Amino acid sequence: MERIESTDVLVIGGGLAGERCAMEAAAAGLRVSILSLVPPRRSHSCAAQGGMQAALANCFMADGDSPDLHFLDTVRGSDWGADQEVARIFADNAPIAVRELAHFGVPWTRVRSGPNQYHIKGEKVVIDEPAEKAGLIMHRDFGGTAKWRACYAAAGTGHAALYAVDGEVVRLGVNVRDRAEALSLVHDGGRCWGAVTRCLRTGRPGVTLARSTVIATGGYGRIYGKYTTHATINEGTGASLAMDTGLVPLGNMEAVQFHPTGLWPSGILVTEGCRGDGGYLLNRDMERFMVELEPAKQELASRDVVSRHMMQQIIDGKGVNHPAGPHLWLDLRHLGVDHLTTKLREVYEICRDFLGIKPWEELIPVRPTQHYSMGGIRVNKDGEAYSLAGLYAAGEAACWDMHGFNRLGGNSLAETLVAGRIVGQKVAESTRRTRLEIDTSVANEFLDREHARVQSWLNRSGAGQSVYAIRDAIGEIMINKVGIFRTGSDLAEAVEELRVLHDEVDRAVLGCRDPGVNPELSFALRLKGMARLALVAAKGALARTESRGAHCRVDFPDRDDSNWLNRTLVRWGRDDADPAFEYEPVGLLDLPPGHRGYGKASHVEMTESLDAYNEAVIDQQRRHGMRDPGEPVGSALKPGAWRDAEARAGLKAIEAGQSR
Amino acid sequence: MTARKLTFEIFRYNPEDPESKPHMQEFTLAEEPYMTLFRALNMIREEQDTGLQFDFSCRSAVCGSCGMMVNGRPTLACKTLTSDLADTVRLHPLPAFKLIGDLSVDTGTWFRAMAEQVGAWVHERAPFDPKAVEEPMDDELAAAIYESDRCIECGCCVASCGVANVRPGFVAPAGMNRIARFMMDPRDARSDTDWFDVVSNDDGVFGCIGLMACHDVCPKELPLLEVYAYLRRRALGTAFLKKA
Repeated sequence: MERIESTDVLVIGGGLAGERCAMEAAAAGLRVSILSLVPPRRSHSCAAQGGMQAALANCFMADGDSPDLHFLDTVRGSDWGADQEVARIFADNAPIAVRELAHFGVPWTRVRSGPNQYHIKGEKVVIDEPAEKAGLIMHRDFGGTAKWRACYAAAGTGHAALYAVDGEVVRLGVNVRDRAEALSLVHDGGRCWGAVTRCLRTGRPGVTLARSTVIATGGYGRIYGKYTTHATINEGTGASLAMDTGLVPLGNMEAVQFHPTGLWPSGILVTEGCRGDGGYLLNRDMERFMVELEPAKQELASRDVVSRHMMQQIIDGKGVNHPAGPHLWLDLRHLGVDHLTTKLREVYEICRDFLGIKPWEELIPVRPTQHYSMGGIRVNKDGEAYSLAGLYAAGEAACWDMHGFNRLGGNSLAETLVAGRIVGQKVAESTRRTRLEIDTSVANEFLDREHARVQSWLNRSGAGQSVYAIRDAIGEIMINKVGIFRTGSDLAEAVEELRVLHDEVDRAVLGCRDPGVNPELSFALRLKGMARLALVAAKGALARTESRGAHCRVDFPDRDDSNWLNRTLVRWGRDDADPAFEYEPVGLLDLPPGHRGYGKASHVEMTESLDAYNEAVIDQQRRHGMRDPGEPVGSALKPGAWRDAEARAGLKAIEAGQSR
Repeated sequence: MTARKLTFEIFRYNPEDPESKPHMQEFTLAEEPYMTLFRALNMIREEQDTGLQFDFSCRSAVCGSCGMMVNGRPTLACKTLTSDLADTVRLHPLPAFKLIGDLSVDTGTWFRAMAEQVGAWVHERAPFDPKAVEEPMDDELAAAIYESDRCIECGCCVASCGVANVRPGFVAPAGMNRIARFMMDPRDARSDTDWFDVVSNDDGVFGCIGLMACHDVCPKELPLLEVYAYLRRRALGTAFLKKA
């Protein structure tokens, strides 16, 4: 039995970004349905351990912090790939989002007044926290920021945030359909009207029509196979849904972040908080190589910098041998049993449960793995997709784009809640203005198409590969050739090989044809999308002949602001032969491109003047499909507000950058 | 040294397939270093029977997806090392939940109903003020709330509970822990009298018959024994206050 149902707002993805959006729409009196692969509390948001960046300036080491400094850190971290207006909206709203979570019940770790012992750059330091800040939300050092800024709930920030937000979703009576997925969007070429769905309890397809549709399905790390910290459900389905339309572009799919400390051989993330609390990285000779290579920030340099130094150690033969491949060591022994079993208990539990070791006695095997997808569905500052009205995206699934080519630790969790709040409000406003005007025959066409796709998998026979073999082959190519260090020749090979595998998906044969949900069929239905995402990430990386943030081209080591101060956009309809690449300006520049303050200092300067660049931004972005946001582009910027932010906070300015 | 041969006896039943009958099926696998049931079950599915249903997501014991009966005891499969198990491993789906197929059960519906039943959200005193600085909270209290907020709703306690298996309305250990979590939170406006109606009946703490398997099986080692003592004391206190 096929069925068509309707709602006001359909949210695809039940993690923090999706649920926070759903809350806004439900609070505005709209009917909201969430589709989630898993019960929402099992979404990957729950795994975020480290914290949520927000400049509350509550503890001694956060003194003088401000949203201006947070803006600076975020834009510099992005290697100027971010949309600076979005970074500004984010930094200004992050404190509100954190305090709102306290209102929803998150048990944030609080400031303890009086003497507190911290580990700073490996040294034990005692700091007096002032009495007037006692009980306010505490910060810790996390992810390469100028001040201690990460708010945290012990080592379970994502879990605590997700449970609090899901509690609100339950309170508001949002219709959550867990174990359900979207197979394609329903649209009329100009506007999105919901999605074709599939129930993962029974395998039955259906259509949910909606006046607005939000994609919040998280990242696409699983295109890296086992080399990812991502959960098994992070297969990039939301980005695939959008790209399949042929209308909506994906932004910066080559911008992929690697995390320095994936537990080896499982890939499970070991939080940055370990290094924030004073953990060391060691090579096989027990050398703390980060001290020599990055004397200022040491183990706390930004993720891409740490990951690259670690890979270089491995390439230089300084890794520790293991049957699954070489790794390095994370040393937490000096933190002691008390600290490890309380402040870093999740880390202790990971060591106990997945390795069978005690981290206060033994070293932890780690290596860099894929960790975060900066790229995603390209949206305007309201979260509305380019070129398709009524479609929104938020969180890791989106390219909003506050992260540019590198995301700072703790900024992703904060993004889910800030974007969820803002995009949710925009969704609610636009939904109220929109009537559901879609011919059910259009919906039925989309449903028939998906039905045919399912049937073609079930009917196919022959000598094709297994879907899992293709997945593994894609993962090996991605980590080895579209990984931390990239070269033109590797990337060209990757593109060729991925194209073959992409075509191979259409010949793959299932082993199981049982009625019901059929786990192999469920995976097979996503595999083509994963192959397409892998291919556009590889092609985008090959085309981008510079190094920017996490995109590190060995053959083009400099950031090139003369040619590449732009965002990759790619469109590839499901029936089109090849993807089409275009480039748009990153957005209005408030902070001029300069040195990030860590990593490589040199870059190719802009040839254009800032004014000339900025004048062209809006028209160019419109030409690439940007829909006009509710407030004019640029209205949320605070031009020049960053200028004396560092001086005000008692910090040395990194570099003025080029003058205006 | 040759790898140990592991035998897995796995419960099979697909309710969507009229031909399917509940039965046990045997699979064998060569053990690997650091092998967990996450790795083992995926190898079985990918290499031996692609129709096998089970649930994993984070594979790092934080999402609560993979609760199942391992040799008759509910636990998280992802953090079960095969090196801790004998040569033959028996796997069943968690009882007390509706079966979806093989080792996969519907925990989502159960936990949503429980959340509605106990009102598992902060019942607020005033609307959120985006301009205000947060209310201070003592860090000891924040840490205590965090402790009981750590439940990942994997359902192992529910599956182990003698009452939850026979009485559907019982909030079960996970529900009682959830109640205690909000009860100790000063941001929650519910009074002891409000709580009394939720806690002090046979669907609440007085439905517990004290077998305490939940305390033994909780993968997060939540102190459920103390939780029930706390709830009983609070309920009793309220009852006396009501009389007085």
